[in-house]
Amino acid sequence: MADRSIEDLLRELAPRVLAVVARKYRDFDTAEDAVQEALLAAHQHWPADGLPDSPEAWLIATASRRLINMWRGDDARRRREEQDWAPVTATAADESAADRDDTLQLLFMCTHRALTPASAIALTLRAVGGLTTAEIAAAFLVPEATMGQRISRAKQRIHASGEPFRLPSGADWRPRLDAVLHVLYLIFSEGYASSGGRELVRTDLSKEAIRLAREVHRLLPGEPEVTGLLALMLLNDARRDARTGPHEELIPLPEQDRARWDRAAIAEGVDLVSAALRQRAVGPYQLQAAVAAVHDEAATAAETDWPQILALYGVLERIQPNPMVTLNRAVALAMVDGPQAGLKVLDTLDGPLAGHHRLAAVRGHLLEMAGDRPAAIEQLRAAAVATSSAPELRYLMTEIGRLRDGG
Amino acid sequence: MKYMIMMHTGQDATEGIMNWSQQDVKRHIEFQHDFDRELREAGEMVFNEGLTFPDQARIVRHDGKGAPAVTDGPFPEAKEFLIGFWIVDCANPERAYEIAAKASSAPGKDGAPLGIPIEVRPIVGPPQADA
Repeated sequence: MADRSIEDLLRELAPRVLAVVARKYRDFDTAEDAVQEALLAAHQHWPADGLPDSPEAWLIATASRRLINMWRGDDARRRREEQDWAPVTATAADESAADRDDTLQLLFMCTHRALTPASAIALTLRAVGGLTTAEIAAAFLVPEATMGQRISRAKQRIHASGEPFRLPSGADWRPRLDAVLHVLYLIFSEGYASSGGRELVRTDLSKEAIRLAREVHRLLPGEPEVTGLLALMLLNDARRDARTGPHEELIPLPEQDRARWDRAAIAEGVDLVSAALRQRAVGPYQLQAAVAAVHDEAATAAETDWPQILALYGVLERIQPNPMVTLNRAVALAMVDGPQAGLKVLDTLDGPLAGHHRLAAVRGHLLEMAGDRPAAIEQLRAAAVATSSAPELRYLMTEIGRLRDGG
Repeated sequence: MKYMIMMHTGQDATEGIMNWSQQDVKRHIEFQHDFDRELREAGEMVFNEGLTFPDQARIVRHDGKGAPAVTDGPFPEAKEFLIGFWIVDCANPERAYEIAAKASSAPGKDGAPLGIPIEVRPIVGPPQADA
């Protein structure tokens, strides 16, 4: 078996194995470390020795052995004493009944409200995504020891919160699901935004987020916002190859070579968002996916259906008022009714988005549309000075140069 | 031996960048891109980052009592400020100077080498084995 498919198999089994071990020993924290070690052992042995008869049973047995060793270890002695329960042996029936909910339980756990977004992302990628600490550290450009510590602190916080290892119920379900979707969205954005960044080999966070969103969609096919999030990811990721030039410079949507867009991903995304919208429980991810679909379906930038995008942002602004949504609506309005209409909306954002690089960049582009080149340059300079994104800084500098050249 | 190679720039130079043509900007970006790749391929690059414009810098002071003071920075008296750095691991100081020289000669307006001052500082590390 090729290394690649062993890796896929391990990623798929990781959350199931962790859920079984965490439930059996009632110690999520130690179980998570033990499963990580079992996965590393499998990475090491399986390519040479071949797959065991039951990879899942092998991982559960290996992780269980490691967990007991950790419990015996001096560091964990105190914890074992705190936990006066004996390991519970799960029956085969328990395990199969729980199988469907395993990944969900883990996701709810890893996106616990006691965690910072950075910790929730790291823990989700390790516990649910089955990535190694080294891979996660490489993706976020921090030393492995730092990432290990971040994950370990996150688990301590969950432990301290007293969260039981079971699915949330009743009124808690919706906000907890929202937290899961938000963390998956952040993982996706991290990968998406960084794809124009540096030339280092990075673990593909966008693809990982899509894989996890697919899994959640498989488990909760009737949740339109889950479907919407998966569609949003696919519809944005479809443009990935066209988004950057040979020197990793950012290529804005209107200038992208649409022949390089991934048609299969677009078709899948459009089907998903259409199906979600038919359920008539509209939400922010579905609306953003619908906007992405309108862009993706336009054969040329000039053929973009801006009135429809404007309408979608209008609905989004009503259900989830937020200055960044208003900023996007201002762009759509400028495309429909002209730059002055868009600029007027931007004026309402001077308070909430004061000094924000995106506000200055958008205002610069609308001023250019309006023919006021010096004012446009001034705004793009303000955006360049305020941004902390390297690809965006390079893009803005190039744009300032273009405006200076009179291009 | 590890060195920190620091690129400093003055407020004038930063203002100057805003007056570059699109071709100047593109040439400069391509130079930096190729330079980073060269250091990586040579196995000498440890870490490199560019910094945001100094408008985003803040100076924090705390005397151990009360609330820390956070003021706009860099220091008002500073004429130059750090805009980017590389940490490289290379054979000898001469090689570090060579790397710094290349960084200094990055193309600016109309492709003319900028000649920006580059500071080279050895990083303190574990005891060196006697040669």
